[in-house]
Amino acid sequence: MQALTQRAKQVNRKPMTFMESLYLPSIFKGMGITFSHIFKKNPTIHYPEQQRPFSPVFRGLHVLNRDEEGRERCTACGLCAVACPAEAITMEAAERLPGEEHLYREEKYAAKYEINMLRCIFCGLCEEACPKDAIYLSETFAPASFARKTFIYGKPDLLIPDKNKDPEGYAKAKGLAN
Amino acid sequence: MTSLLAFDWFLVLEKLILIAVVIFGSLGVALYTTFAERKVAGLLQDRPGPNRAGPFGLLQPFADGLKLVFKEEIIPNTSNKTLFILGPGLAMTAALMTSAVVPWGKAVEIGDRVVSLQIADVNIGMLYIFAILSLGVYGIMIGGWASNNKFSLMAALRGASQAISYELAMGISLIALVMVTGSLSLREMVEHQMAEGNLWNVAYQPLGFLIFLICAFAECNRAPFDLPEAENELNFGYHQEYSSMKLGFFLFAEYVNMFMSSVIMSTMYFGGYDVPFLDESTLSTNVAALVGIVALMTKVVAFIFFFMWVRWTIPRFRYDQLMQLGWKKLVPLALANMIITGAVILWLQGK
Ligand code: SF4
Ligand code: SF4
Repeated sequence: MQALTQRAKQVNRKPMTFMESLYLPSIFKGMGITFSHIFKKNPTIHYPEQQRPFSPVFRGLHVLNRDEEGRERCTACGLCAVACPAEAITMEAAERLPGEEHLYREEKYAAKYEINMLRCIFCGLCEEACPKDAIYLSETFAPASFARKTFIYGKPDLLIPDKNKDPEGYAKAKGLAN
Repeated sequence: MTSLLAFDWFLVLEKLILIAVVIFGSLGVALYTTFAERKVAGLLQDRPGPNRAGPFGLLQPFADGLKLVFKEEIIPNTSNKTLFILGPGLAMTAALMTSAVVPWGKAVEIGDRVVSLQIADVNIGMLYIFAILSLGVYGIMIGGWASNNKFSLMAALRGASQAISYELAMGISLIALVMVTGSLSLREMVEHQMAEGNLWNVAYQPLGFLIFLICAFAECNRAPFDLPEAENELNFGYHQEYSSMKLGFFLFAEYVNMFMSSVIMSTMYFGGYDVPFLDESTLSTNVAALVGIVALMTKVVAFIFFFMWVRWTIPRFRYDQLMQLGWKKLVPLALANMIITGAVILWLQGK
């Protein structure tokens, strides 16, 4: 019979010999194989205690960056929301009032900024779209949770802690803690 | 009144204590066998196995048990309620009853009483075990039938025919064993293997042991013979309709069965509580008993590991393969083994 593909293999339908039909030789062979696995290295990573090292280009949970003086960089231009293929980002803009210059870098800022982590596909297009270098994907990922609404991350969750005031929180948010 | 007083009440007491120890011991071993099964599966498959509940996951069986107890108890309203409840109970009872005739050790001395470490030294111990083993399938049959579900029924039928087929080969291989030891009592069988100049029975009956081992797998419904619960074709087999602790009983009975089979195989073919190259009579009674129990348990643990090792190595047999193996291979082999054993014994006697 013509084989349909190069990888097609003729099934051997020869009746089994008596030894084969006792199954024992092949069973012992199989048992040898499984036994040898007892001594093999165990590749499991015990997750909460041990963590897989991520590459520096890993696309994880988003952070909203601050500039050197600790001011929010985002100007609520909405480009990230437009770029987002999963439509995971929503925001509301507000105007910076006099006296808030130490909080926001531009005169327009995001009063509300939400990312739905269940919609997000972690493609990183928001990061590429942002003209202000305001949004970055860190080396952490969204922890599991029981409720859907906990996956909508607001500004308090996303905004990175100030590098000068809270260096520890800053490192953690970037995923550099461990 | 005097006849009542003359009755040996201590005997009753010591037997009751022994029964309690044996039953709870077996249950405890079965409990940790479930844990060991998952650990061994992990070992053989390059993964750690359960390791979260307690140190090294040692509390895992209790967590599992607790989970089962708290599950909702569902009895299908089209099922036969009495039989539905009887099924798992019967499976468990049959599994535990085998322990009655097993000699766990020689004897212990408490004060000036010598307490035998065997619940009942019946002289037909082997027949008793054989009878109880075949009772075990009733649990599956009744459970599967009472569920009123075609998959369960099919599983029950499979279980029954499998048990009948393999019991035959098992029985015949045991006949050859009886020819060698000349007794049906398990105690005498162990003494025979311990006696000076006698090797363990496995040395005289290697083929018989192999047949018995394969049949034991089939009787315990362990992989590769776990056809009654073949998930891929029968959903979940005979315990499909069961939930909560009734399911737990079924699953647990399997482990008790495995433990008991290991005990029986160690006793019949591997010298029971005998330690090789050690003359037990030089030790004091209690020390000898302790050594004996440890020896028996070591053998049992080895067998249980073997059971698991096989389970995580080979896939399930197809049903026709199972029947072919049983009737066309094992029964003739067992018969040949019996005839050869008989001939050799006659020849040795004639010399
Ligand atoms: S990573 Fe991709 S999907 Fe997620 S918010 Fe940014 S653009 Fe949208
Ligand atoms: S994060 Fe960047 S792209 Fe998105 S609104 Fe802010 S400034 Fe614009």
